[in-house]
Amino acid sequence: MLAAPGIIWLALLFIVPFYDVLAIGAGHLNLLTGQPIAVYNPAGWSTANLAGTWHTIFGASAYLLPLIWRTVWYTAAAAALCLLIGYPAAYFVARFAGRRKALFLVLLIAPFWISFMMRMLAWIDLLQTNGYINKVLGYVGLPQVDWLGGRWYTVVLGLVYGYIPYLILVLYAGLDRIDGSLLEAGRDLGLGRARTFMRVTLPLSRQPIMTGMLITVLPMLGDYFTNQLLSGTTGTTMIGNQIDTQLGTQGFEGQGAVLSLLLLLVLVVPMAYYVRATARSAREAA
Amino acid sequence: MTATAQAARTDAAKPATRAGIRWPRRNPWRHPWILESFTWLYLIWSLVPIVLAVLFSFNNGKSQAIWQGFSWRWYFTDQVNSVAHDPVLQLAVLQTLKLSAYTTVIAIPLGVTFALGIHRWRGITSASFNFVMLLSFVIPELIFGVAMFFVFTSLFSGIGLGTLSETLALVTWNVSWPAVIVQARLATIGNSYSEAAADLGCTPFQTVRRVMLPLLAPAIFASAVLVFSTVIDDFVIVDLLSNNAANTPMSVYIYSQQHGGNGGPALNALGTIMLVMSFIIAILGYFGYRLMTRGERGTSTTAALTTIAGGT
Repeated sequence: MLAAPGIIWLALLFIVPFYDVLAIGAGHLNLLTGQPIAVYNPAGWSTANLAGTWHTIFGASAYLLPLIWRTVWYTAAAAALCLLIGYPAAYFVARFAGRRKALFLVLLIAPFWISFMMRMLAWIDLLQTNGYINKVLGYVGLPQVDWLGGRWYTVVLGLVYGYIPYLILVLYAGLDRIDGSLLEAGRDLGLGRARTFMRVTLPLSRQPIMTGMLITVLPMLGDYFTNQLLSGTTGTTMIGNQIDTQLGTQGFEGQGAVLSLLLLLVLVVPMAYYVRATARSAREAA
Repeated sequence: MTATAQAARTDAAKPATRAGIRWPRRNPWRHPWILESFTWLYLIWSLVPIVLAVLFSFNNGKSQAIWQGFSWRWYFTDQVNSVAHDPVLQLAVLQTLKLSAYTTVIAIPLGVTFALGIHRWRGITSASFNFVMLLSFVIPELIFGVAMFFVFTSLFSGIGLGTLSETLALVTWNVSWPAVIVQARLATIGNSYSEAAADLGCTPFQTVRRVMLPLLAPAIFASAVLVFSTVIDDFVIVDLLSNNAANTPMSVYIYSQQHGGNGGPALNALGTIMLVMSFIIAILGYFGYRLMTRGERGTSTTAALTTIAGGT
């Protein structure tokens, strides 16, 4: 009984909206006003928007396919970098920070309390043509770079910077939970530091790595603001930009709906994995 | 003991090594200096840009890149473009605060009752709605925002875009914080308290009111802190659902101005205000949570810190 308000709320404002997206995606256009018309009865669904989207992905003048590949490789590069940077930091704080753990933890989670926009603004300031990064490059005698002029590495940097705190917190929580006596046992049985890490710590941190990667990769795939702020050119657009643009372009809302549903479809399996994994670890913790 | 003495001792232990077993050559418990330096480098990379961005909000010039001396002009002294004098900037600050307050006030009771109701209810309905609720942690915000945009412009077009739709969407997006944190707390408390209350003659309502709510207070408080600060930072949902200056919060304003080529230290000032707001909430949240869980077993500085950051 107590759960009723929550359930009704989620039904009306989570499940119904997604059906509505489907109804818009499978609906048609009002030819007079150019507004999309939602069709709620599956019997009247049309595949016009799906066909249109399909055409932009695989058709003769497909402009969406390169964009999808770009999204995949930006995300993959950013996620790999996040892990390479985040794991050692989380590992150090969880295992070796000792009495200074609270201090390190405060510094690690500080980005959570700083808005994403402020954090992007910080890099925009630094990376401007007359900004500090180029000044430093100038002092060292290196050529200056037009960082904000549509560079892929700037966008990847922005993605790493934007999403790494989420990964680090998940990794920290997971690594912190590892029983120290297991590591001591590894040492006692004659493993060196490196091999204790490889044989004990790393296998035990597989689960946090998986959930941590998901919690960084999934939002990156729907990101449309990082590249807009740090590059703003069409050379670095991702799938999120396409959806965002179609939403604001009259006559293309239906295709935007289809595209976001297709993205959802691709991500359903990893999302379900994440939800099940966190539910399981919550049960185990209890 | 000095490092050399320690090394000498490990060396002295060496001859005892029996064939076939490889003992670690160096002290396995030595401090990992390389790892520590790496962590500090990461922290510098992560935080110094923010410090500089805050600094530039005090820049006595229009540049976000060249320091031209300290001033308060982007906060107060500039008669036109400062936060204190530009009505659009004020609206943005106000809208952020409004959305945070509305969302917290609605999402907390909704999430707490949901968690209480679903806690001991094993069934397909409760399981599937719990799943839907948890989805908001991983579903890309853009996909959720698209659904919200369409539902408020077509099916619920009576609501339309603006503060009401922003609030409704943000509540749906954030209700998982109280729901998850309270569920975790319920699991740690166990059923003995509520059963004891029932044995002593409490009605179900009295049990919730007199026994469960006091026990859940720290969890409810922590989730309120999280919801409030998450909404301050929220961008995608409000970006898709705002349609004029009166319902545009700070994050969306910063984005649209910077992206539209109208960047300037006023945006840094706005960002700094957001940062200060979040930090105040975080500090209050941390000390409040410590106060409420005082005397409980298993509470530590680090545990409280991760709870307040949403690392359940």
